[in-house]
Amino acid sequence: MSELFENYGAVLVAIPVGIMLVLTALLATKLLAPQRRTALKGQVYECGMLPIGRNWAQVHVRYYTYALLFLVFDVEVVFLLPWAVSFLGLMDGPEFGKVILWQMVLFIGTLLIALAYAWRKGVFDWQRN
Amino acid sequence: MVLSEFAGVSMPDWIDALLRIMFIVALMTIMAFALIYLERKILARFQARVGPTRTGPIGTLQSIADALKLITKEDVRPITADRWAFELAPYMAFVPVFLVFVPMPFTETWFVRDLNLGLLFVFGVLGLNIVGVVMAAWGSDNKYALLGGVRAAAQAISYEIPMLLIVVALVMVAAGRLAVDGDASAAGSINAIVGDQTTTPYILLQPLGFFIFIVGMLAELHRPPFDMPIAESEVVGGYFVEYSGMRWGMFFLAEYTALFLLVVLASSLFLGGWNWPFGADVGLGLQIVLTFVKTSVLIVLVIGSRALFPRLRIDQLMAFSWKVLLPFSIVQVIANGIILAYGGADWVVGLVSFALLAALGGLVFYIMRRKQGEGTRTVQTTPATPRVITAPEVTPVEAGGD
Repeated sequence: MSELFENYGAVLVAIPVGIMLVLTALLATKLLAPQRRTALKGQVYECGMLPIGRNWAQVHVRYYTYALLFLVFDVEVVFLLPWAVSFLGLMDGPEFGKVILWQMVLFIGTLLIALAYAWRKGVFDWQRN
Repeated sequence: MVLSEFAGVSMPDWIDALLRIMFIVALMTIMAFALIYLERKILARFQARVGPTRTGPIGTLQSIADALKLITKEDVRPITADRWAFELAPYMAFVPVFLVFVPMPFTETWFVRDLNLGLLFVFGVLGLNIVGVVMAAWGSDNKYALLGGVRAAAQAISYEIPMLLIVVALVMVAAGRLAVDGDASAAGSINAIVGDQTTTPYILLQPLGFFIFIVGMLAELHRPPFDMPIAESEVVGGYFVEYSGMRWGMFFLAEYTALFLLVVLASSLFLGGWNWPFGADVGLGLQIVLTFVKTSVLIVLVIGSRALFPRLRIDQLMAFSWKVLLPFSIVQVIANGIILAYGGADWVVGLVSFALLAALGGLVFYIMRRKQGEGTRTVQTTPATPRVITAPEVTPVEAGGD
């Protein structure tokens, strides 16, 4: 436990250092750069025109389905990595390792159904025209 | 602990970590300046130009001039922007990338800390970077920024999965090899994986993995041919349209730092990092040279890709990840599992991976040829719609203008 803290404690040290780096750069800008704000400068950029309509534009729903699929496979990887590290070490007899292997293949196969479903539904084919 | 041995004094653990991180900060600054200069010079060579020459000897001070310009540039925030999301986005984009330095092994003993789950840490924390991008996109209150941010998020999550799966496949191979020495549980640490490549770099065992890693790396970094999120001709710069001055510079710095980190990671995982493949013991000096040479080769590859490849279309990019890379990486994971569980030798792993890479290459070639054929065929087989062009009735005086 102490060794764990010793190693991952460095991450806790690195977080404030990283924040300080950004902070100093932005403070330097605040001190050195001119600041003359005008209403026109505060407009959002739209290729030289005055912005038209609401700026928070609507985005196509297809991005949302990607996010859902990502969740499926990202969680899969979280399960896969500890398995990948340990499945050979757990092989007391050769049979046991094979059982663990085929269980994991079953798990991946189940998730592949999700991929196949999405593929069949045309999530990856963006409609043209 | 190496630091305290070097200084001859014992110091608390966190001070040791802090000193190492300060060293990293210096390294990162020099690296970013060098990378910006190198990119401009190399790209210029590709395009038959000479690149920056005026600032300093052969333009070497160009990056410093750029930084000074950025710092003294006015920091403009749109009036309608969401203030908190807009101002915190640079922090959220930069700090996670900076944290990834912690488990990165530059030599056998020069890392901040050797994390036992270093690989999972790297991908987990690097993925947080995208939150900063989406914050910037949403906070800017700009159509182009939002489109670019959504594109960036979709692209990052799509390419993260093949990359992660291929890393899982690599960890399986590493665990199999480390289990011979009796400690397979070290396979999550990057340094242990580098340390195992004394005889065989893993690129020979996982060539498909190397290819997918490089492709995923280019996509994660928004590098051409995968730079749709920041494509200036489509979304005028993407998620940082509204950023200027040093606030924009932070996104830039985060991008170059991520480039450097992923290149070091690729060279550690696949090319053997600080390890020399033909001899067990390499001294500290040689380790630095080896890391430097391997990362430099990959950096030139990444920068060169910007000059060599045209930009893809966003749907082509997404389809390539989900339809080609993901199935191949899953097959690689299962194949590695079967070979290792049934006691296959290392060369079998390498051979199968190479066969998969060849199949991937063949498939990509086939798709491209078929698409090309489709294009010409549709042109030829379109039913000839009678399109009578009726010439306007013109008087000879108007027609013969000149």
